[in-house]
Amino acid sequence: MTDIKAEIDVLPGLDSSARLLEVEGLHVEFRTQVGIARAINGVDLHLDPGETLAILGESGCGKSVTAQAIMGILDTPPGFVTGGAIRYRGVDLLKLPEEQRRRVRANHVAMIFQDALSALNPVFPVGWQIAELFRVHRGMSRQDARKRSIELLDLVKIPAARQRINDYPHQFSGGMRQRVMIAMALALDPKVLIADEPTTALDVTVQAQIMNLLAELRRERNMGLILITHDMGVVADVADRISVMYAGKVVEEAPVLDIYARPAHPYTKALLESIPRLDLKGQQLNVIKGLPPNLTRIPAGCPFHPRCAYARDVCRADPSPPQYEVDPARTARCHFWTEVVGDEPAVK
Amino acid sequence: MLVSKDLDMFRYFVRRVLQGVLTFFGATFIVYALMFANQDDPLQALAGERPLPENVRQALTERYHLDDPFILQYGHYMRGLLTGDFGISLTNRPISEMMQQAWPVTIRLAVFAIIISALVAVTAGIVSGIRRGGIFDTTTLIITLVLLSLPIVVLAPLAQLLFGVQLHWFPATAGAEPGFYQLILPAVVLSCLVIATQIRVTRASVAENLRSDYVRTARAKGLANRRVIGVHVLRNSLIPVVTLIGVDLGNLMAGAIVTEGVFNIPGVGFNLFRGIRTEDGPLVVGFVSILVIVFLVVNLVVDLLYAVLDPRIRYE
Amino acid sequence: MSNVESVAQAEVPGAAGVPVSPDGGPEKPRSLTGDAWDDLRRNWIFWAAAVLVVLVVVMAAFPSLFTSADPDACALSRQHQGPSGSAIFGYNFQGCDVYARTIYGARNSVLIGLFATIIAGVIGLIVGMAAGYFGGWIDAVLARGIDIVLGIPTLLAAIVLARRLSADPQDTGFWAVVFTLGVLTWTTGARIMRSSVISAKNQDYVAAARMLGAGPGRLMFRHILPNAAAPFVVVLTILLGVNISTEATLTFLGVGLKGNAISWGIDISTAAPYVRETATPLVWPSIFLAMTVLAFIMLGDAIRDAFDPRLR
Repeated sequence: MTDIKAEIDVLPGLDSSARLLEVEGLHVEFRTQVGIARAINGVDLHLDPGETLAILGESGCGKSVTAQAIMGILDTPPGFVTGGAIRYRGVDLLKLPEEQRRRVRANHVAMIFQDALSALNPVFPVGWQIAELFRVHRGMSRQDARKRSIELLDLVKIPAARQRINDYPHQFSGGMRQRVMIAMALALDPKVLIADEPTTALDVTVQAQIMNLLAELRRERNMGLILITHDMGVVADVADRISVMYAGKVVEEAPVLDIYARPAHPYTKALLESIPRLDLKGQQLNVIKGLPPNLTRIPAGCPFHPRCAYARDVCRADPSPPQYEVDPARTARCHFWTEVVGDEPAVK
Repeated sequence: MLVSKDLDMFRYFVRRVLQGVLTFFGATFIVYALMFANQDDPLQALAGERPLPENVRQALTERYHLDDPFILQYGHYMRGLLTGDFGISLTNRPISEMMQQAWPVTIRLAVFAIIISALVAVTAGIVSGIRRGGIFDTTTLIITLVLLSLPIVVLAPLAQLLFGVQLHWFPATAGAEPGFYQLILPAVVLSCLVIATQIRVTRASVAENLRSDYVRTARAKGLANRRVIGVHVLRNSLIPVVTLIGVDLGNLMAGAIVTEGVFNIPGVGFNLFRGIRTEDGPLVVGFVSILVIVFLVVNLVVDLLYAVLDPRIRYE
Repeated sequence: MSNVESVAQAEVPGAAGVPVSPDGGPEKPRSLTGDAWDDLRRNWIFWAAAVLVVLVVVMAAFPSLFTSADPDACALSRQHQGPSGSAIFGYNFQGCDVYARTIYGARNSVLIGLFATIIAGVIGLIVGMAAGYFGGWIDAVLARGIDIVLGIPTLLAAIVLARRLSADPQDTGFWAVVFTLGVLTWTTGARIMRSSVISAKNQDYVAAARMLGAGPGRLMFRHILPNAAAPFVVVLTILLGVNISTEATLTFLGVGLKGNAISWGIDISTAAPYVRETATPLVWPSIFLAMTVLAFIMLGDAIRDAFDPRLR
């Protein structure tokens, strides 16, 4: 496996000592008829091998757009990357010519999507869709590619892989389909896997199976995993670190346990308080008031201030809060983070 | 799994064939009723304004079993059609013989027209679908609008006038043994009847498929744009286009009557055209019946083809 | 598909629509029809079509506004004379004024198109509504019936039927063509109506109205029909254009209007054999016919785009 891979691995400037993935100051905007929507406004992320980073946030906060920018599959137009760098082992993917960028996908960085039924092509058998990767990227024969596809379906624990390889996506159950997606993403042995809400469309019991499978594969292959989700419950068990996004910015970044114990940003705190908990049965649930901002008109200052209980005048004026270092491993974009950390969480 | 898959497919086929058979008898019965039901003197109607000699009248009565109850008449009529006995024209020629001479010409013309329209429509539809709102797309949309609105009785004579009579690019009429060159202009005229719908369906289908999630997946797989569109999008987009073939065939038949008439191409349409104008009832009845049957059979085949192209349909 | 769309909308701002907060600014909630009308007003195709339609209708109603010549005054002595001051399109094979005949030809086309489409619309409305509203075996039977009629190529059936209906040689064939087209072209309308009614019936607000005790008549006319109206009108507008086109084809073939009726189809048919001598008697009725059909189809197209902007 590795010998073929070695040939492909030649990316100019690839430095195996550099960080696996590093996103710095990423800006993305969507140019539409109603105006320019600033979807990503300076996102910084990093990822190491074997690590799971969760990106958390409401719909429209820019988490999926970040993932698509990393993959280089933004719809352009209307989406444009207007600034920043995405470095994979030291190579800035944004500066690569399209042909090399294309080869990075699936070979180095792969992605799985939320709704596997629509994410798989409905008119080709799943085996064909997996085999396509080997045929296009590795130049394998149909037969060899097919053999590898069966191995992959076995790897993701699909029963009777040899028979099911000729089935079409709609013939699989939701969980099995997501396994097919995972098999496809892992086919070329990528070092980074981005999972965009991989379990949102699934039943709760199946969700756990898929998360376990992802965790297991990440461990075995020492992959870096970026898990995009809006569900704080999913995150706690599997993530090492969490980046909370709001209006196209990472507002808080911290190791998972710290964030649950003592959030440093009012938004994170509000998210935590909005999780229903069994031990608080009967009490009123704290929901976050208001809606995320319209991305064509992001408010001045801290974008969260209209919904924030801590907001004061300084929050309502530019510049927006910088990245404060809460401790060496965590940051928060809130002028009053000390207060937020100091406060006992409203629920304990 | 394999077994149930084949079973689903089999069920789909059986259901479609049964529906097809029902439609077949329903449609032919209606056509037959349109021709003969509730008339004082169906024979005189067949002959139009010509006087009908007694011996011809007798032969026709026997031929159409006009002394039998209506439903039996229909039975005899269908049996005739299905056994290749299509009757005799008022000019005393067996219709099956006229058919034999006419079909090859018409099939050549129709295949030619279908190839032209498919090539142009799929290319234009894909480009339009990818660059929606661009100059090419806008122009194409306007052209399709004009083509959709051009009646064949306008298109065929005007094309003949412009390209045949005035510019002399093509022969104005095709003649008894039309070759490739003689058929170019009529084939283009005929293809204009179906091209507009094909372009629009291809365009809409490509545009819709381009927005699908599976396209994003294909990009994420590191496939070149050419392959994403040429394999993934195209294969999905062609499904509705193929199903158009059935509808197109009806338009082509209607168009062929006028086109072959105008360009003097001795095909099925030309015979029918002449039959209508000379009020040759049995000829019209025979030819129309056969065209209806061809139409129904092709539509059934297209329906079955649909299941082969779109794996989802088998399990509806 | 709706799933795909909602996902795209939720997660990719700009790709399908920017999320707009309710306090976000000047966007006022607008009704679908209001939106559609706004769209229409900005669409030049709609205005071009509307102007053409009005022009043709006026021509059909008051042909004498456009010409003082008598379309029936023909003299063989003027056969194939070229355009002149008194007859700007010249004279045809029978020595009739081509311009006058072309102007007067509008009436038959428009009237046949209109009457045939009304018949088709009424049949389509009743069949489609009955099938959609009652469902069950009534729907099964009616839907099969629609399929069967759809299984007959329109022009072929029209040739047979129109031939029979206008067997009387003294008749102009006007009503024969109207009836023929009406009874053969109702299927598209019926299908649209059926699916609109079925989807409207399943809407929550209709279910709510039913639970509040609204009877079938009230449900149909207050809640279901208004929603089905737009696509139905679109289909009928386009059908009007198509029917005019089919009428011309039938007439051209010799089973439509006949005798001394004034019709574009007849003029095209009689002029076609003489194109080598003179082209104007063929060209002008052809252009008028094509423009008329274009007008109605364009109109229907523009309205549909306004109501269904998804694929523009």
